[in-house]
Amino acid sequence: MIRFLINQDTVELEEARADLTLLQYIREHRKKTGTKEGCAAGDCGACTVVLAEPDAKKPNTLHYRTVNSCITLMSAVHGKQLILVEHLSSNGNLHPVQAALVEYHGSQCGFCTPGFIMSMFALYHSNTKPNRDDVLHALSGNLCRCTGYRPIIEATLAACAQAPNDQFTQNAITTLKKLKALSGLEDASDMQLGTGHILMPTTREALRDAIEQNPDAQLVAGSTDLSLQFTQQLKNVNKLISLCHIDALKQCTTTEHSLTIGAAVPLNDAAPLMLKRFPQVAELITRFASLPIRNQATLGGNVANASPIGDTPPLLLALNAVLHIDNGIAVRKLPISEFFVGYRKTKLAVNEWISAIEIPLLSSFQKIAAYKISKRFEDDISAVCAVFNVTVENNVIVNISAGFGGVAATPVQCDALNNALVGKPLSSQECLTLGKQILHDAFTPIDDVRASAAYRKTVLANLWHRFWLENQTENKIETRVVQHA
Amino acid sequence: MRKLIDKAHAQQSPSNNVVHVSSKHESAPRQVQGAANYVDDIVEPQGTLYAAVGLSQCAKGQITGINLDNVRQSEGVVDVVTIDDVPGHKDIGPVFEGDPLLANQEIKFFGQPVFAVLATSVQLARQAALKGQIDVEEASPIMNADEAHAQSEFVRPLHRFGQEMAKVDSTFETATHKTHGNLSIGGQEHMYLEGQVSLAIPDEEDRMKIYTSSQHPSEVQKLVAEVLNVKLHRVMVDMRRMGGGFGGKETQAAQWACIAALLASRNRCAVKLRLPRFTDMHVTGKRHPFENSYDVAFDDTGKIEATRMEINGICGHSPDLSDAIVDRAMFHADNGYFLGNSDIVGHRLKTNMVSHTAYRGFGGPQGMIMAEAMMDKIARHLGTDPLSVRKRNLYGPSTGTVTPYGMEIEHNLLPEMIDELEQRAEYWQRRETITAFNRTSPIIKKGLALTPVKFGISFTAKHLNQAGALVHIYTDGSIQINHGGTEMGQGLHTKIAQIAANEFGVGIDMIEVTATRTDKVPNTSPTAASSGTDLNGKAVQNACLTLKARLAECYAKSLSRADDANLVEFVGDEVRLGKHSISFVELIQSAYFARVSLSASGFYKTPKLQYNRETGEGRPFFYFAYGVSMSEVSVDTLTGEYTVDAVDIIHDVGNSLNPAIDIGQIEGAFIQGMGWLTTEDLKWNNKGKLISENMATYKIPAIGDTPKTFNVSLFGRENAEDSIYHSKAVGEPPFMLAISVWCALKDAISSLSGYTVDPALDTPATPERVLNAIADIQARVTSPNAKESATENAKESV
Repeated sequence: MIRFLINQDTVELEEARADLTLLQYIREHRKKTGTKEGCAAGDCGACTVVLAEPDAKKPNTLHYRTVNSCITLMSAVHGKQLILVEHLSSNGNLHPVQAALVEYHGSQCGFCTPGFIMSMFALYHSNTKPNRDDVLHALSGNLCRCTGYRPIIEATLAACAQAPNDQFTQNAITTLKKLKALSGLEDASDMQLGTGHILMPTTREALRDAIEQNPDAQLVAGSTDLSLQFTQQLKNVNKLISLCHIDALKQCTTTEHSLTIGAAVPLNDAAPLMLKRFPQVAELITRFASLPIRNQATLGGNVANASPIGDTPPLLLALNAVLHIDNGIAVRKLPISEFFVGYRKTKLAVNEWISAIEIPLLSSFQKIAAYKISKRFEDDISAVCAVFNVTVENNVIVNISAGFGGVAATPVQCDALNNALVGKPLSSQECLTLGKQILHDAFTPIDDVRASAAYRKTVLANLWHRFWLENQTENKIETRVVQHA
Repeated sequence: MRKLIDKAHAQQSPSNNVVHVSSKHESAPRQVQGAANYVDDIVEPQGTLYAAVGLSQCAKGQITGINLDNVRQSEGVVDVVTIDDVPGHKDIGPVFEGDPLLANQEIKFFGQPVFAVLATSVQLARQAALKGQIDVEEASPIMNADEAHAQSEFVRPLHRFGQEMAKVDSTFETATHKTHGNLSIGGQEHMYLEGQVSLAIPDEEDRMKIYTSSQHPSEVQKLVAEVLNVKLHRVMVDMRRMGGGFGGKETQAAQWACIAALLASRNRCAVKLRLPRFTDMHVTGKRHPFENSYDVAFDDTGKIEATRMEINGICGHSPDLSDAIVDRAMFHADNGYFLGNSDIVGHRLKTNMVSHTAYRGFGGPQGMIMAEAMMDKIARHLGTDPLSVRKRNLYGPSTGTVTPYGMEIEHNLLPEMIDELEQRAEYWQRRETITAFNRTSPIIKKGLALTPVKFGISFTAKHLNQAGALVHIYTDGSIQINHGGTEMGQGLHTKIAQIAANEFGVGIDMIEVTATRTDKVPNTSPTAASSGTDLNGKAVQNACLTLKARLAECYAKSLSRADDANLVEFVGDEVRLGKHSISFVELIQSAYFARVSLSASGFYKTPKLQYNRETGEGRPFFYFAYGVSMSEVSVDTLTGEYTVDAVDIIHDVGNSLNPAIDIGQIEGAFIQGMGWLTTEDLKWNNKGKLISENMATYKIPAIGDTPKTFNVSLFGRENAEDSIYHSKAVGEPPFMLAISVWCALKDAISSLSGYTVDPALDTPATPERVLNAIADIQARVTSPNAKESATENAKESV
């Protein structure tokens, strides 16, 4: 059983195909056509809807997050309130975000508009009195081909300038009660969560059993990559095991030595913790896909997926992260540097899953930078991703740990860089030229749709140049066209 | 009708100032609520089935066999068709033959639809479409301009205009300065957010009703009728709104409507064909890539004396609209400049790609960018600021006032507009600041450019410059308008409603503009060439004038002043004659009882047009729309990354019908143009397959690409020609304002040479291309004979 609210109505879904997307459910099963399909791949945001759930920090309030319904599975909706563009106006009155978009002439062809409205609505409920950058951030997953965005930015700023006050805030208590009642049902009965096609175990033991009984079923967390198999490659997938309902996979802890992030924590929930400890890597965190994707995608998923162009593996490689790998009986720890063994191949055994990612905290001697190069700044896949973690004592390099994406079949490190530069002063010209030369020759990347091999090699070398410049104590010069901090 | 509506209940809204004001887009309140219907949102008739197309997996060859057994046996499949199942015309080329409905013996591009399948669900149809076996004797595809030229593969013959060759040659011989250059100009995917879609519903016997997302319902009607082998009057096409068009639904929407109609006709059920994005991008044409070159001769002041230009449009496998598109590129190779004695030739190259098609600007951008490339080149050659060279060459008394195709430039606004922007956006102060910044910033370099736009308004196919309208007034005073234009977001219906409300002196709520339907207004032109409001606005106005004349006569008669009908006014929800007045609704009701027809059609054709393609001379355009823009960029010389920091625009829309909508068009066009020149990178692999095939690999501007400073203002001068209320067309012209971004990027890169070298920068200027241009210029300036060798080598590297 999957239980959720559509606006204020309780829905109980006993059966659904494993590969049914939320968008198909909305448009084809519920015949609600306000939500649009633009790409069916999580790239355009026309299908954006909002899921509300009790706020983890303030359980008496609701937390509203946008998701791309085209790549969201029904399991992700369980226990939440699904809000569609049709639900926003009340008694014939437009919602403040709707009224603002009309007022500022923010819709032309109107096809992207429902998705923008939902992103604006979620931002409206974040109650942050957003500035322009916040707006860009919140709407980073919505493409518009008509307006050039200026009126949408202005409408959003205007609509979100006041504290939220709409029927959703007014109904919050009722909604919370209804949501609680949904989860209460689970506690009361021995009924299994999920359906015959999407298993939704709630404990690691149950997960172990589910894997054992369904050896062919894939594990899925945020589904932001897996869904493309159904929506783009049109594959039928009969059975999936969702990792999103196991509390143990959603815990984050900080000790004096490390930060540990549960593998199924959505990136956007992990982001504040990571940025607090590693503020230097803001660029990678904020440029990772788009907000709706980060609302679903998980750190564990990005690692287990083992894509050579995933943005968190280079980061975790540079930060010497340790993976906690579980099989339901015992947890083993594996340095991420040993995890990737080939193109989308890892050391994960068939009955194992990543339960958490542990990242050692930094000393004051470590200089960190994370760089992402892509055609477009927002919501693009890296042509090259480089993360440098250089320990410097008395201006002498004592260790270099680095991670790179887009330059090999897996996310990679570069031992040669460490070997050559340890013992050299960071401020030396030699450190610059030798580092550039090593990185230029370190990998044999490929030509593809994002960039040529030659560009990747040159840029990788030049990113060391950038890092070197940014860590000179004298003659600080401008090195960036966009500030990400 | 026996009893009319109580007049007290007739809705009235304010009628003052309905035109030249920023009315909201008529659909906006519905759009923000998800209540505006697109084709895929229409409630489906019972028993609707779903179609999908099966595509070729090679770019060129003869089909030796098609085995569709696995398709037929696939779950849910009801019907499968190939070209052999078409009862009527097999070719749906819009102007010339060349576009088979489904592949006909020959494969012409990778991803060409070969068969169509009908199934019980969208997913089942699409899955079945993957199961076809198409055997092809493959041949080596032609994928670029050089190969097409070498094999003399053209979709249409070349066109040429300008002065006699001997005259051009002799000017070159005596000129003080000469330079040349070439440019590879990328195409562009339309990326309308709503993909191609049609719903065909069979009606009695062989009649067919089509709901489609098309800029050209009349052509869809004609082609569906031809494919089904029925008369046009048996087919009705309904088009309420598109989720974006941009030219991509001018000809390219018809194929899906025809396939849906074919399947609907065979199976006697409603059929919906909606292309998934991953199919849409392979099977629909894009903006043409071009490979252009020029030679230019000029004097010490930078004034151009002679120009030779070769324009090469890469058209794909069939003519589609390429003849007119390459013509328009040629018509805009001068942009706003007098080219001296000029010779302009345009080739239409045939390649094994999807057939490239209309896209906002219609070849204009790919011609115009050459003029701007020449300006930069001349400026660097002479060591002058590019803006000075641009101003030196504008059409005017000190240069010339006749275009290479013999059209007199009558109302050139560019000198005034450039002066205004130069002052307002402080070009010269910012030039100084930027030069100083660049001297002290070794990694980040800033660039600045101010470029003009002069864009010709009219279809160059003269007969398309006509429009029709149908206006009904109902007995509650409400007015329904139908016209030949289609709404794709550009606000056409809003402007039309404003025009009609203004004519009748009523509030805009009294006007309803309905879906475009071929059974209401026949034989319409595509909504294209920026002409939607110019043509249909006038047609609607003419229909209104007819009705007003009838109503005025009726009212004057009722006052026994039949001779004064011409003095009757329609203002403030009233109809007035001298000191007499009557409410609009009241007059409508008395006109009804007096048996006056309350329905009228209107027609319009654009005056003054004539162009002789034999001599390459004439007046292809009713008027020109102008614009000027100034862009400032920052470039990272380590990575090639850049940002567009500030944009200032003044654009000419004549006497604006709706300033907010016009500004929306200008901003949207600019950003789309910026995407074309920067991040939107179409790539095909060596098998001829498009590999930038989805939104993950083809990047249109996102919200963060909006320049932080983005000032757009309207010039506010009324159109000197008699256009609708002396406004000007706005859809396409501002697209080309984005050329200032490309020039600004080159300006930033040029700073590395002390502004002595014009960098070679093909488009789109991706970070990779920018970094290559930087590396190129850095290598040259550190070598001896820096300037010349840089210029020469830059050319070679293009």
